[in-house]
Amino acid sequence: MNSPADTSRVTSAKIVIAGGFGVGKTTLVGSVSEITPLTTEAIMTSASEGVDDNNLVPDKATTTVAMDFGRITIDQDLILYLFGTPGQTRFWFMWDELVRGAIGAIVLVDTRRLADCFSVIDFFEHRKLPYLVAVNCFDGKQMHDLQDIRDALQVSQDVPLMYTDARNRESTKQVLIKLVEYVLSMRRTRTVGVG
Amino acid sequence: MVLGGDEPTGSLVRPYAVTRGRTRPQLEIALEALVETTARGRAGQFLGGREQKVIVDLCGGRLQSLAEIAARMEVPLGVARVLVADMAADGLLAVHEPTGFSDDPGADESVGTELLERVLSGLRRL
Repeated sequence: MNSPADTSRVTSAKIVIAGGFGVGKTTLVGSVSEITPLTTEAIMTSASEGVDDNNLVPDKATTTVAMDFGRITIDQDLILYLFGTPGQTRFWFMWDELVRGAIGAIVLVDTRRLADCFSVIDFFEHRKLPYLVAVNCFDGKQMHDLQDIRDALQVSQDVPLMYTDARNRESTKQVLIKLVEYVLSMRRTRTVGVG
Repeated sequence: MVLGGDEPTGSLVRPYAVTRGRTRPQLEIALEALVETTARGRAGQFLGGREQKVIVDLCGGRLQSLAEIAARMEVPLGVARVLVADMAADGLLAVHEPTGFSDDPGADESVGTELLERVLSGLRRL
């Protein structure tokens, strides 16, 4: 493969932004994205546990799942995408595609609705996708002790947990940096461990 | 793969009209795969239909991901995937697949690590 170097190594990567409905996923994406967050829709055609009223379509439920995403050009030949996932974890179909090959995930948490992210955390742990927990601090108020939040979420001490302000570019940037550092450190540990 | 297992039939889903009812792409393309118009695509005479023209124009400047193409064309992801896969098969578009970071046993760890380091320094420069 002696193709010219300028386009042959063009590639992309993605980070998943997850969390309950209304926690600020799109705001976080928008705070660092070089484009106004875009929305794309996937038509899901599969059983959806009888939740949707889809009597017009016999035997199959079709559901549209929307997700918001942004883009950061890291280099001419390397683009990072941030995908905000649908809050509803029953859309497993979409999640598989979102998670496949991702660097890792940021679980955005609202302390008033901690339970909203339980199933998301379960899913990432099950899929062995590295994640960190970012507590969105509305109005700049850090109302809870991080250790209390860690205990409530039952995430291990290894998982990074930090406050963030999803509206703030610098704050979001720090969260993304923390996640990539964490993933890199996990890899290094593993390489050393396995030899 | 994503659509596998359930095999939706196009007749039930009208957005797939632009793909003449086909919901299975010729090629699996990741959400974040980057798409670029080739010289053949730019030449214009090989294009079939309005959608192909739109995609060629969209990806003729800077690289666009499959997700961006779907969003900007306001079509569902699955529709964009079928369209792009067809055009890639006809040599009108080049598709650059992402570097996956999942723990596939076959994955080359060093490639992933190098790329993560580049992402990290890129984020620090923001």
